[in-house]
Amino acid sequence: MTDDELIWRISGGSGDGIASTSQNFAKALMRSGLNVFTHRHYPSRIRGGHTYTEVRASADPVRSRGDGYNFLLALGDSFARNPQEEAVYGNEEIKPLSENLDELREGGVIVYDEGLLDASEIPNFDERAEENNWHVYPLDLRGLARDMGREVMRNTAGVGATCALTGMDLDHVQDLMRDAMPEKILDPNLEILQTAYDQVREEYDVDAPDVSVPTGEHDETQLLMSGSDAISYGAIDEGCRFIAGYPMTPWTEVFTIMSNNLPKLGGISEQVEDEIAAAALAVGASHAGVKAMSGSSGGGFALMSEPLGLAEMTETPVVLVEAMRAGPSTGMPTKPEQSDLEHVLYTSQGDSQRVVLAPGTVEEAYEQSRIAFRLAYEYQIPSILLYDQKLGGEMTNVPKSHFDREPNPTLGKTLSEDALAEEPHSADGKFHRFQHDVEDGVSPRSIPGQKGGRFLATGNEHDPTGHIAESPDNRVAQIDRRTQKLEAIRADLDTVDTGSYAGPDDAQYGILTFGSQQGTVEEAVGRLNDAGISVKSYGVSDMLPFPTDQVEEFVQSVDEVLVVEMTASGQFRGLIQKHLGRYGERLSSLLKYNGNPFEPAEIVDGFEAAIVEGDGDASSHQTTFVPAAGD
Amino acid sequence: MSTFSAIGEEREIDRDEYTPGVEPQPTWCPGCGDFSVLKALKQALPEVGRTPEETLLCTGIGCSGKLNSYLDTYGFHTIHGRSLPVARAAKLANPDLEVIAAGGDGDGYGIGGNHFIHTARENHDMTYIVFNNEIFGLTKGQTSPTSPKGHKSKTQPSGSAKEPLKPLSMSLNAGASYVARTAAVNPNQAKEIIIEAIEHDGFAHVDFLTQCPTWNKDARQYVPYIDVNESDDYEFDPTDRVEAAEMMRETEESLYEGKVLTGRYYVDEDRPSYGAEKQAIGEIPEEPLAERYWDDEYEWERSHDQFLDKHA
Repeated sequence: MTDDELIWRISGGSGDGIASTSQNFAKALMRSGLNVFTHRHYPSRIRGGHTYTEVRASADPVRSRGDGYNFLLALGDSFARNPQEEAVYGNEEIKPLSENLDELREGGVIVYDEGLLDASEIPNFDERAEENNWHVYPLDLRGLARDMGREVMRNTAGVGATCALTGMDLDHVQDLMRDAMPEKILDPNLEILQTAYDQVREEYDVDAPDVSVPTGEHDETQLLMSGSDAISYGAIDEGCRFIAGYPMTPWTEVFTIMSNNLPKLGGISEQVEDEIAAAALAVGASHAGVKAMSGSSGGGFALMSEPLGLAEMTETPVVLVEAMRAGPSTGMPTKPEQSDLEHVLYTSQGDSQRVVLAPGTVEEAYEQSRIAFRLAYEYQIPSILLYDQKLGGEMTNVPKSHFDREPNPTLGKTLSEDALAEEPHSADGKFHRFQHDVEDGVSPRSIPGQKGGRFLATGNEHDPTGHIAESPDNRVAQIDRRTQKLEAIRADLDTVDTGSYAGPDDAQYGILTFGSQQGTVEEAVGRLNDAGISVKSYGVSDMLPFPTDQVEEFVQSVDEVLVVEMTASGQFRGLIQKHLGRYGERLSSLLKYNGNPFEPAEIVDGFEAAIVEGDGDASSHQTTFVPAAGD
Repeated sequence: MSTFSAIGEEREIDRDEYTPGVEPQPTWCPGCGDFSVLKALKQALPEVGRTPEETLLCTGIGCSGKLNSYLDTYGFHTIHGRSLPVARAAKLANPDLEVIAAGGDGDGYGIGGNHFIHTARENHDMTYIVFNNEIFGLTKGQTSPTSPKGHKSKTQPSGSAKEPLKPLSMSLNAGASYVARTAAVNPNQAKEIIIEAIEHDGFAHVDFLTQCPTWNKDARQYVPYIDVNESDDYEFDPTDRVEAAEMMRETEESLYEGKVLTGRYYVDEDRPSYGAEKQAIGEIPEEPLAERYWDDEYEWERSHDQFLDKHA
């Protein structure tokens, strides 16, 4: 925990404009030269319900939400219903101020809207503030906003107060408001911003801020981007021009971004009746020669199992994205979890013949979205991009140059009519679309409408022309060939190396993780090494085909390994053990499944307790430590 | 040579071109109504001038799904109930293809019912043929969505307690712009209706009564049939929604009273197809999207140039 960073939490009710305000504020910090990272927490509600976003900013790179926060802007839940202590949801109005208050760091700042919130409703508020040396600023943000515009603009007043209290210039915030706001509301907002800023400066001694905004400098243009943005742009740069989907949180973000952008590129987006149709449309479009994708979250992805299997059997390239949220069933729709791992690996009947990649960062989300498309089309196989509500929604700055790459619209091994004429055909003119002996198991394909290319695609086992066939020899030849593609893809992925490594090579201990926990784990690894504990981490992205050799080498090189994941049953650890078949005694799990992603300190504490001290206690009452077998 | 030179080719087409070399003789049961669908398609396709390689036939699962094995075109034998979403995406990806979907009554009105409603609603320019034999044939004789009330089967030993589904009325209400019923025993009408359906610019739904002599022995052979457009006993205007609805209702009820009515029930030539609607709002490119991937001159857009500035 350092003081050269700001972790600003803005909290209110769902519908109070927390997301847009925090996004603009994060961008203002990024433009001022800082590295930023945001964390969203929101309920599955239409209006009302405690919502917050944290914006972490530092001159140093930031890889996670960080620990706790040091500045709270509590707006209050203006949509709160039944604000009674005895109510099912408790006193919701006060939650933006009272919830997680113990995570506010010592010496931290609290600005709250006294137009809506009454701190005396919080037990021992004053004593706690004094004990923790919190600096408390009750401001009538609502009254100020009402007098100069509309009540909803109290967010802006809060940002003005934040700037005044942290010594931050208004320039970047004003610029962003000019970019983002329609004329009608711009002027009152600018006025409210300035007035709040001036009033706070006048009223309080702000020359020595309690918490100040650090200063930094970027040497190249930065972009504020989420995992959902990055996945979408990766798809576009690989020539994806067709998407079909059905809304479901949190996958809706990718679907929305693509639906807004594809028509501008002469592409097609289809919102359809259900997820079975969505995946089937992607398969149909790809079959007809267009690079296509679909996606969903857990429950919707369950409906895609059958079209997924159809794509495997007909060797139709397609990319599906799966944005995990806490399950089972409807679970907790707006909360992150990684517990769809096994679902995505194994759903649909028969032996899985698919690629599953789980990017760990926004940069990786872009890269692996591109890799997923490239593999799908080069190897004629469905690729699934597995991420979660955390990676999809959290935003961080990425250099613009990261995206300065050539597009790749190629369809893979797809034949022109000239090339088709040279390929084997049956006596009746049917093209041998599914030849037995071909390099890497990939048999070149044709597209409907091409002369000399007609064949049958079928979910039944089939002979080289696609004709339904159940002879043992053909069956073995075809399934072996399709499986061979996975070996070729493994070799291909080895040349790309999607893994992320942190810590010294010769470390004594290791941490394995996958997907969105990677940045948090790497931050924890840095702190552990600073504290003299020799540990390294490996963030694995290839879930299928699994990088068995690399993981085995990693496990072999250390005394003990902690597997960090957001599941209750240790699915990733199970996957590792399935592939390694031994080393079980070296692996233990740190699990979190309460709806909130890990903070780096929880991993540090968990690691120290579990591995270094060996007492097997979890780091907090809401993380679970699963000891190694035999302990 | 263009990318898809089979498309739009002007030449004489021999109906034998649609007969595959591997399995020229279908393995449907003797006396099966499905033969008539195959025959009608083989007659209709040359007449509308569509060659095997500019035609994409998407089928579901069931006896009807075997159509892909017996009609030699580009084919996609999909999964149970899902021929329509695959087919309509192919049409969006390449509107120059002739897209035909086919399946049985269980496939289209049961497990795929949702897709049927929405594909009709969207009015995609394609033909959908439902082999309606009022039974599950391939799985050996279970009650289907169109089986009559009281129909006994291995899975409904006391007889079905359900009213049968009304496919024509459902289609009309969902938004199909061409709705017809024909019967296997009426080959001339079947051929004419298939031709009209293919040529229709919108979603054309043909409920094709195909008797199942093996598993639905109780059922009629759909004779004698009456063509409601020809018969003097029936007076209605198929371009009038209300009259069409009434004629459909009578047809659906009378089938279970032993009277087989067939014909064109609803024809709306004015309603734009989904492709046209989407193009009008700029959501489908003018050139088929599938062509673009073969255009060496096309400058593929990059997110870097198009979308990133708003993130800065």
